[in-house]
Amino acid sequence: MPARTSWIPYALIAPSVVFLGALFLVPLVQTIWLSFSAGEGFSLENYQRMAGDLNFALAIKNTFMLTLVVVPLQVVLALGMATMVTKLDKGRDLVLWVLTIPLGISDLAAGLAWLALLQNTGYLNSALYALGLIQGPTGWLSQETPVALFFAIVLAELWRATAIVLVILIAGLQLIPKEFAEAAEIFGAKPWTRFTRITLPLLKPSLQSALILRTVLAFEVFAVVYALGGRNFPVLAGEAYVWQNDNQNYGVAAAYAVLIMAISLAATALYLRVLRTRPEQLP
Amino acid sequence: MADIVIDRVVKEFGSFQALQEVSLTVNDGEFVALLGPSGCGKTTLLRIIAGLETQTSGRVVIGGQDVSDLAPRKRGLAMVFQNYAVFPHMTVFENVAFGLRMQKAPQAEVKRKVERAAALLHIESYLDRYPAKLSGGQRQRVAVARALAVEPAVLLMDEPLSNLDALLRLEMRTELKAVLREAGTTTIYVTHDQTEAMGLADRIAVMYGGKIEQIGAPLEIYATPATRFVGGFIGSPPMNFIKVRCSHGTARIGDAALPCPTAAENLELGLRGEDASLGPSGSGIPFDVRVVEPMGSHLLLTGAIDGQLARIVAPPTAIVNAGERVGLTVDPARVTWIDGTTGRALARA
Ligand SMILES: Nc1ncnc2c1ncn2[C@@H]1O[C@H](COP(=O)(O)OP(=O)(O)O)[C@@H](O)[C@H]1O
Ligand SMILES: [Mg+2]
Repeated sequence: MPARTSWIPYALIAPSVVFLGALFLVPLVQTIWLSFSAGEGFSLENYQRMAGDLNFALAIKNTFMLTLVVVPLQVVLALGMATMVTKLDKGRDLVLWVLTIPLGISDLAAGLAWLALLQNTGYLNSALYALGLIQGPTGWLSQETPVALFFAIVLAELWRATAIVLVILIAGLQLIPKEFAEAAEIFGAKPWTRFTRITLPLLKPSLQSALILRTVLAFEVFAVVYALGGRNFPVLAGEAYVWQNDNQNYGVAAAYAVLIMAISLAATALYLRVLRTRPEQLP
Repeated sequence: MADIVIDRVVKEFGSFQALQEVSLTVNDGEFVALLGPSGCGKTTLLRIIAGLETQTSGRVVIGGQDVSDLAPRKRGLAMVFQNYAVFPHMTVFENVAFGLRMQKAPQAEVKRKVERAAALLHIESYLDRYPAKLSGGQRQRVAVARALAVEPAVLLMDEPLSNLDALLRLEMRTELKAVLREAGTTTIYVTHDQTEAMGLADRIAVMYGGKIEQIGAPLEIYATPATRFVGGFIGSPPMNFIKVRCSHGTARIGDAALPCPTAAENLELGLRGEDASLGPSGSGIPFDVRVVEPMGSHLLLTGAIDGQLARIVAPPTAIVNAGERVGLTVDPARVTWIDGTTGRALARA
């Protein structure tokens, strides 16, 4: 093609570049700058205050534990659900629609819905009481029941955000021609072997996207945790919120934000490396 | 023993009937070609035999066992897919080795068998490449090698050579035939290429519109087509069909008189282009030559008999000019009589 058409692609992506620059890059740079400035000039003071805070280690631990439990569970659940949904002949759209309803609910609303279920006078306790399993209102979400609180948050997160993984994996499964699994079956592969030797490797690009998206979002988890546990279960994004709003210390809040971003970037880089598909292995 | 019995198999996709009561028996070690135009149901029948598709009714029996309800992997067969289905995330070696790996064959055996199959298909030099780097023809050969590597008792092939260039196809055809004969593999080979079917098969099943029109040895199908479709589909040029009138057991075209069956209302004379010999005008069947095409091994003459299109094959040295009228001499024993209404061949007069 003649060289004079070569500016067209740049012109076409220019609006989104400007958009991203104004709404993403500028605040990003500002936040990073803010996190490194206290008093006058460059300083690590905000980071020192963040690291010295009582809740800091706990927030790191909680956030990582939540991510390490929730994301793998979501991927396994979504893989199972996606496999079943793609096997359906009739009613597939309806099933998919029902399964993805939680995606349309804001995370705070989801947290509040689970709070209504799990709080002292919630539906769970009413049901347990009616069954005679508990004697009266029982707390599940307090500081005294950290394990129950953790599982409540895991449950709510699974309910709320597994569907996004599901949607990505279903799209990925549909891209794999059925002949591959058929050929494997002809040559003697049992269902589980077909899944591990054929479907999973061919699904790797979609798995990678889903994992990156879900992990990054898991490191930012906030509203569900806040609705269910308040500060009984400190997480990184929650601490940023507290420093920003309760303590009115924007520098430390920015330090938390930058930390979350750094962790997310590291996780993304890890996935890009570990789950990369060499171009010659693409279908 | 791995004979295949296909017993009144019907396949419907919704209201569309893709296969209408297809029955076919393939003997142990036999090579049968399913030949027919695109969309006639060849792939569907093959997939039913493999177990990848469930028939609406009918049975498939392999080696005496009714496999109609068996999973594909329990049917003891290998298959070459029309669109190859070569695994993109595995090297050529691992692709060819796949069936052996599933059988948990020892590494030394895997290596030996993969290399043997690869040598046969001329893909030894790409064994450690990924399929994405191969051409369509090369991938197709990987698919064939993968099927041969497991040394199956039954081999199903869906247009396995369709993407090779003409020369390589001819070579592969010969080698495939030799290998499968030596191994005694029962083979069903789907193709829409009649020369491939003629060259390879012990018997050909000609399919059309979800039915088997005729089953027989290549020469039998060629010489005595059971229907108008078979005559027109097999042979190059295709058989000529000339509408004639049969009175008192004799059909007259020009000066020629052929004994004909009287049973049919609309009678057609089926005449192979190479079964007519040229003579001077005034002798035999008059043929008005319109186009003369020298093909090297023969002359292809296109023209009209009694105003109806016909193609005749003449020796390469014959002297014929466009616009000329020549006379054709025909051996009555080599013509086919077709009932123009049903399209079926009639018994010889
Ligand atoms: N899964 C399917 N659903 C609906 N129609 C199908 C399906 N598979 C094949 N067909 C139809 O059945 C007919 C035979 O197809 P196929 O066996 O692939 O033909 P061939 O291999 O002889 O070209 C075609 O008309 C095709 O459109
Ligand atoms: Mg086909």
